[in-house]
Amino acid sequence: MRVALFITCFNDTLFPETGIAMTRLLERLGCEVTFPLEQTCCGQMHYNTGYQREALPLIRHFVSVFGEAEMVVSPSASCVGMVREQYPRAAAQFQDAPLAAAVAALVPRVYELSEFLTDVLRVEDVGAYFPHRVTYHPTCHSLRGLHVGDKPLRLLRAVRGIDLVELPDADECCGFGGTFAVKNADTSQAMLADKIRSVLDTKAEIICAADNSCLMHIGGGLSRQRTGVRPLHLAEILASTEEEA
Amino acid sequence: MAIREHTFQQDAHIALANTQLRRNLGKATSVIRAKRGNVVGELPDWEALREAGRAIKAQTLQHLDEYLLQLEASVTRAGGQVHWAQDAAEANRIITELVQAAGSREVVKVKSLTTDEIKLNAALAEVGIAATETDLAELIIQLAGESSSHILVPAIHKNRSEIRALFRQTIAKGQDLTDHPKDLTAAARAHLRRKFLSTSVAISGANFAVAETGTVAVVESEGNGRMCLTLPQTLITVMGIEKVIPTFQDLDVFLQLLPRSSTGERMNPYTSLWTGVTPGDGPQAFHLVLLDNGRTNVLRDAVGRQTLQCIRCSACLNICPVYARVGGHAYSSVYPGPIGSILTPQLAHLERAETLPYASSLCGACYEVCPVKINIPEVLVHLRGQVVRHQERRLAGKLNPEHVAMRTLARQFATRARYERAQRLGRLGQGPLTHDGLIIWLPGMLNGWTATRDLRQLPRQTFREWWQQREAKR
Repeated sequence: MRVALFITCFNDTLFPETGIAMTRLLERLGCEVTFPLEQTCCGQMHYNTGYQREALPLIRHFVSVFGEAEMVVSPSASCVGMVREQYPRAAAQFQDAPLAAAVAALVPRVYELSEFLTDVLRVEDVGAYFPHRVTYHPTCHSLRGLHVGDKPLRLLRAVRGIDLVELPDADECCGFGGTFAVKNADTSQAMLADKIRSVLDTKAEIICAADNSCLMHIGGGLSRQRTGVRPLHLAEILASTEEEA
Repeated sequence: MAIREHTFQQDAHIALANTQLRRNLGKATSVIRAKRGNVVGELPDWEALREAGRAIKAQTLQHLDEYLLQLEASVTRAGGQVHWAQDAAEANRIITELVQAAGSREVVKVKSLTTDEIKLNAALAEVGIAATETDLAELIIQLAGESSSHILVPAIHKNRSEIRALFRQTIAKGQDLTDHPKDLTAAARAHLRRKFLSTSVAISGANFAVAETGTVAVVESEGNGRMCLTLPQTLITVMGIEKVIPTFQDLDVFLQLLPRSSTGERMNPYTSLWTGVTPGDGPQAFHLVLLDNGRTNVLRDAVGRQTLQCIRCSACLNICPVYARVGGHAYSSVYPGPIGSILTPQLAHLERAETLPYASSLCGACYEVCPVKINIPEVLVHLRGQVVRHQERRLAGKLNPEHVAMRTLARQFATRARYERAQRLGRLGQGPLTHDGLIIWLPGMLNGWTATRDLRQLPRQTFREWWQQREAKR
């Protein structure tokens, strides 16, 4: 299967190792991975902060870059949520019928990584080996936006060597929320403090999620407090193999 | 509507430092969340019920004018009188005149949210009419001289020892009072019974009003509402125009949705239904004040309109991670929490509440629990769009750092060439800020991040650089 990586500007710039892991994982599973170099940003930050007019050219750009792709896969539940949920709204808001049609045609081919693995490739055991104590935080947009349910957990449970422990109050927001973390820094920090308390309660060495944005937030707090707990994207755990370890 | 003097951020900052408040709120919201989860989880057709509730409300709002006229005709036929109030001032004038005409200097009240919205108690006090709140929590905050911090449990910010101290200063002076809930309730009961028996006019809100029959419904837990609705000679009910529902049968849906969503009960203890007046039984004069106060403006907005589906259950408050930490007062409105963040800016002028649509991480928990499926995150984003466009009308708004940064970033993200240049510049520019691979201080509003969180420095190679290098080797 030919798969176009929608890496997201955030991962491209800040977390290249996630994209590298995803490439290796998908190729290991027999996919032909492509990376359309024209891609930039999906426009989520602008759109959700209220700069919808500014987001519109980015949305059009995304649709033109990925419009012809057979399958689009992304390591960000949040950005996939943007495409799936907000793109149709943006097209309606700006009364752009051709864009609405293009979005409607594209959206069914856009997948978040855990969805793509379990729903399209129909695999749960991806042949990974990861001998560490891990807890998983279901990010809000993966849980309540995309409704991925336990797909990421099913993938993690099949990883050899993993010591997967349940996170208390897992479905509660970590307090990131994009620009919320800066605009409402105090409240965001209070939410983060409780999330960190839950993470530490698990005694895990690694906190895993399907979004590096939330992980950057949680990991930033864990790092500042010198907790010795490390954030790691789902793709990187799934890409790990016995040979590398 | 409330006029904000501070931003949400300023009020939240103060609330977050209050350890007792954090404890009270955290405890109360987690208890009520668990109760709701249990009684919702036991219903196999909960999603179908939600959809029915949404559909009834949406359909009613589409034809609101017709249903309101039908309601007026039904109430009048049953011996009640209907009054139309365009805004708070008109509603207060109507109610004040009705109380004066009844010859009373005192009123008892129940279900006061809408009357809080119009600041009725202050209007009554101006003409020398004393209002007594009879809902226990409403009474507590009235005695404390505070405002409500929750739609359903207005005194959620107070614990029982705080309430004991308050009662000993007010209604139970000199009494030996423990902080046991039973004793606190008994003290309130003794105080309220005297009021119920001596007051001839009651003012209530309404949960629902049935257009078909003219029946008004009040749903409550204590029975104090039932006292208010049955003992006085005159009953004045104030309700927002969005509370009308078409038929009596529609109550079937809402009386299942509301208690499970609000108190986490299968059924609430008291549901009072009355239709006009009944000779020799209950109030002999019934007035229904239909309040607009900005609601028809909300109705005009195709996205914002769904806000009026709200049945004031407060499930969104209890589930909200922001509300659970900052409490209701930070929202400076009688409507706090997620629903308040979308209702207040729409009912009041947007510029007076422009920090509220941002008081959310868009985590989506509110939408998931809403019994009438109001997509609160969708409306929040929609209102943020209005805030941004509104701010841009002023030069100061256009030039504020956030606006400038957002416009600049949008231009940089527009093409691959500009985007890649920005990536390279970012890597060069971060130099002075990095230390051991981390950024621990950022200037301006970005300092909100680095105050408590580290930031990894930009890696040496972007993903696209890695990709291109790999392709070149192939």
